[in-house]
Amino acid sequence: MQKKEIINMDELDPRFKYQITAQPGGEHIMKCVQCATCSSGCPVAFVSEKFNPRRIIRMAILGLKDKVLKEDFVWYCAACYTCSERCPQDVRIPDLMSAIRNIAVKEGCIHPAYKEQGRLIGEMGRLYEVTDFENERREKLGLPKVKEKNEEIKKIYSKTGIDKVIL
Amino acid sequence: MKYALFLGCTVPVRTMAYELSTRKVMGTLGIEVVDLKDFGCCGFPLESVDHDTYLAVAARNLAVAESEGLPVMTMCSACNGSLLKANLAMQDEETREKINATLKPLGKEYNGTTPVKHAARVLYEHMDEIKEMADPVKLNIAAHYGCHYTKPSEIYEDFEDPEVPYSLEELIAAVGATPVQYENKKQCCGGAVLGIDEAVSLEMTRQKLDHIQKAGADAMVLVCPFCDIMYDVNQRRIEKQAGEQYGVPVLFLPQLIGLALGLPPDELGLRLNRVSVRKLLKELGE
Repeated sequence: MQKKEIINMDELDPRFKYQITAQPGGEHIMKCVQCATCSSGCPVAFVSEKFNPRRIIRMAILGLKDKVLKEDFVWYCAACYTCSERCPQDVRIPDLMSAIRNIAVKEGCIHPAYKEQGRLIGEMGRLYEVTDFENERREKLGLPKVKEKNEEIKKIYSKTGIDKVIL
Repeated sequence: MKYALFLGCTVPVRTMAYELSTRKVMGTLGIEVVDLKDFGCCGFPLESVDHDTYLAVAARNLAVAESEGLPVMTMCSACNGSLLKANLAMQDEETREKINATLKPLGKEYNGTTPVKHAARVLYEHMDEIKEMADPVKLNIAAHYGCHYTKPSEIYEDFEDPEVPYSLEELIAAVGATPVQYENKKQCCGGAVLGIDEAVSLEMTRQKLDHIQKAGADAMVLVCPFCDIMYDVNQRRIEKQAGEQYGVPVLFLPQLIGLALGLPPDELGLRLNRVSVRKLLKELGE
């Protein structure tokens, strides 16, 4: 069970929900009626109490901005879209979780696992390194060589400014 | 039909058996695939970091295929979902202008015309030919659909039913195998949580292995490299941690279809599978 906590009204940021609705993917958060269809079908919530989409939405609407952005529970969404298919209010929870994560990134709270993935993609153009070793293995199997690096993604990063956060 | 084969990041490095079997089976069915060297990451992990960066990284690939006038065939379900979501977003004029401004320094532009299909969907569309060419593979097979092969439904139009998926089981039946029903069939592999909380992620994977073993399947079939890493590559580790023996062989869909089409196991990369498939091949007389 989650420990009971008293919410300190002074710590609430009522503008947080508007920050979310302004972010792509977060537009529908205010439609949530807290029915918990998302949480009850969520495969992550099924094995762990750490993730509870309904609770995150309630916290975000209430304005518990610091807690939502600084703790790592928003990063637990597997983006499986099970809830998205079932949500009677079309809240589009995986897209909403992405929107909240995007805000977390802007506010300096990127999860280290995503920062590392972003760095690898920026530096190599791909998530896993391709060296002579991989290409030789591929050739042995009769597979074509793949390009080791793609520099264009780094250029996209510098254009959108995300390089400052993850490179 | 000719497609640009989109390898993504995981397939060409970590699941070469999937790539090998996909290329062989497509070739056998007369479906041509070409490689475009300029393809890069699909953008999927970046959606959580910065929306516009994600769209530009995804649309860059769609632009590469568009300039060649080719539809895209993906093997990874996350790549498929990522590219299709970006495709849908890029139909909006305002978004397209904004993202194309980011792509301009690369000399690229995307006009929103590249069709994207998962390799398994392409195989499903050729099911009649597969059925005609197949020698029955008499095995009991559990289908694992994973998430992004069927969801979100808004990017898949009338293909598949996210609540009652059918395409993989129809293909399993088409090659003479028996689709096995098991508890919680649509459960996610847990791969997306691996970097966040390994224990939670591997428990999600474990539960499905348990359900499939209990249903008495000879093997499971899947269509995504990351699902494969969870069920095949990590299976030994999960067994050790749980003190259980699952021993569930994991086949990529084109490996199963390739066997039915009479392709030699080596050409389908079956030697690269982590959980032994020897017993399966023996039953098939290979």
